[in-house]
Amino acid sequence: MNVNNIKQQPEEKPLLSVKNLNIEIQMDNAVLNAVDGVSFNIEKGKTLGLVGESGCGKSLTSRSIMSLNPKECETTGEILYNSTIDKKMNNVNIVDLDPTGKKVRSIRGKKISMIFQEPMTALSPLYTIGNQIMEAILLHRTKNKKEAKKIALEMLRKVGISDEEKRFDQYPHEFSGGMRQRVVIAMALSCNPELLIADEPTTALDVTIQAQVMELMKSLQYEFGMAILLVTHDLGVIAEMCDEVAVMYLGKVVEKASVREIFYNPKHPYTKGLIKSMPKLGSEKKRLEPIEGTVPLAINMRNKCGFYDRCSERIAGVCDVKAVPDTQLSADHSVRCFLYSEYGEEEKNA
Amino acid sequence: MPERILQVTDLNKEFKVKTNKIFKRSIPVKVLKDITFDLVEGETLSIVGESGSGKTTLGRCVLKGLDATSGEVIYQTEDDREVDYLNLNKEDFKKYRKDIQMIFQDPYSALNPRMTVYDIISEPLITNFDLEKREVEELVGDIAKKVGLNPSLMKRYPHAFSGGQRQRIAIARALITQPRIIVCDEAVSALDVSIQAQIINLLGDLQKEFGITYIFISHDLSVVQTISDRVAVMHLGRIVELASVDDIFDNPKHPYTEALLSSVPKADPDATSDRIILEGEVPNPGNPPSGCEFHPRCPYATEKCMTEIPEIKAIGKDKRHYSACHYAEELQLRGVDYGAKAQ
Repeated sequence: MNVNNIKQQPEEKPLLSVKNLNIEIQMDNAVLNAVDGVSFNIEKGKTLGLVGESGCGKSLTSRSIMSLNPKECETTGEILYNSTIDKKMNNVNIVDLDPTGKKVRSIRGKKISMIFQEPMTALSPLYTIGNQIMEAILLHRTKNKKEAKKIALEMLRKVGISDEEKRFDQYPHEFSGGMRQRVVIAMALSCNPELLIADEPTTALDVTIQAQVMELMKSLQYEFGMAILLVTHDLGVIAEMCDEVAVMYLGKVVEKASVREIFYNPKHPYTKGLIKSMPKLGSEKKRLEPIEGTVPLAINMRNKCGFYDRCSERIAGVCDVKAVPDTQLSADHSVRCFLYSEYGEEEKNA
Repeated sequence: MPERILQVTDLNKEFKVKTNKIFKRSIPVKVLKDITFDLVEGETLSIVGESGSGKTTLGRCVLKGLDATSGEVIYQTEDDREVDYLNLNKEDFKKYRKDIQMIFQDPYSALNPRMTVYDIISEPLITNFDLEKREVEELVGDIAKKVGLNPSLMKRYPHAFSGGQRQRIAIARALITQPRIIVCDEAVSALDVSIQAQIINLLGDLQKEFGITYIFISHDLSVVQTISDRVAVMHLGRIVELASVDDIFDNPKHPYTEALLSSVPKADPDATSDRIILEGEVPNPGNPPSGCEFHPRCPYATEKCMTEIPEIKAIGKDKRHYSACHYAEELQLRGVDYGAKAQ
């Protein structure tokens, strides 16, 4: 999509568009392709789920949107941000911005904010909850401390913390895990972001508390109308929260579709394997079908399918010799697998 | 006819929590309260509950990894003697200790990074048995093959292995003494789903082959349903419900179990979510609520629940379903919804 195209249809423009994002990490004697050609769009007010096992690059992808990755990560590609409120923030490529510069700081925490996995480490033990929530508000919304406090108290009320006047002056250790995660959510939403990145927001919580936090996030999304990028390995959470899902494996998005397509009509052997290997509540007691083998390192994997060694439907001589193209199956379903591409024809053309 | 292998009766555990550092005052916090259950040879009993409910403490007390405050654990030995496992003398303890083993949650911190995998797996053999070097090597090689590890990698250190492989090492270490009972404390929680399924299957295969009995501690109800024969639900140090896995999931008799079941997100976008959301937090065990400890969060609580502590009693036709709720027989509670199921 070029710039002219975007001008013709301004209403079609997604809030955030990640195009061909690559993150390389220099190892001792090799280059690790931690994220390799990832593309997806996040529409305004919608929830996109990013699923995958540990080490598949889902956290690096989400952090690169905030430009929070360490220096060792060499990032190329485009992350185009199209603000719907701020006209100056049109087609900003976050990858090109200086990660400590003014422009990024005006986006980070204000337009795009983030919830981290572990609520204890995301909060500073040395400052009161109120101080920490007010920090972002004073930076981005108002310079007036009294007003900032008012906003902070209102946020605490919104995330369901009762007795907020007293809680405002307490320290993180006085809160339980679920309450801390509420505080983190209050912090992230205090500047009315357009996009909320939630990196495993409920993984550290008990199921009963997880249910509360998911319900809270849904109702706040309804109220504020923000988009959510939900990073998780829990397919149950995905099924409940998301509109669209991107499945990642070894740094690549292997399948992208609406949530119903992913669960009822999965195409990629990895997605199928993931759904089969998951123990489901309410199914009969039977042997699980695991995906054999383990995830390899993403080194020298660009010219073959990363799932080749574990795949039950692999085609020798095809899947292991060249890069897998992305195949569009329908308007909202794409898959990166030779089973669905016309590899024969491609060979002819080549 | 499967026989009872372990009988736990009125197990209590108190921790002392310091309240005043200068005058060394402390208050006892009851972490386990009157835990009673039995274990039949070859079965898997799962223990579920929220964090802080005492699942791990229970596992460790049974193993004598922690000293229980009171109560007894009667162990039926292989030569059909009944011994009080918690009060064994030194000699007997050494003899029976190898029969009950444990697998820990985090395969990254459970293995000593300075020992080779061979040393890790063979250590229980060397301390418990008097074997020659050649025999030890043979046994370690056998067990490594059983759990799916390549025996040629035994001289490497744990850092060279992935999470799933490390958990296999931990399982091999637990298995090497040929235990009869293994306590699995969140043994698959730290693993990715595709690896988790491999380990769950492995545990099942080993159980079939060696007739091992598992106490499976977990917070993940979908895993529990896949693996267990019976399930005990814990809340604030008490077992509030104990029944066969089908009874727990289809026909729960305690409101807490019902709420736990409905909290699990279903991997099905079409599933209706009329879930019961518990208000509030897990109460503080240092200052538990009066009466039934679940009453502040229970949607069915009455005045009786605030004052009277419910006894755990057998209900149902065959009296194998235990519930600690005043209204266990009257309440109509929802089990797992089988309605719109994926696939």
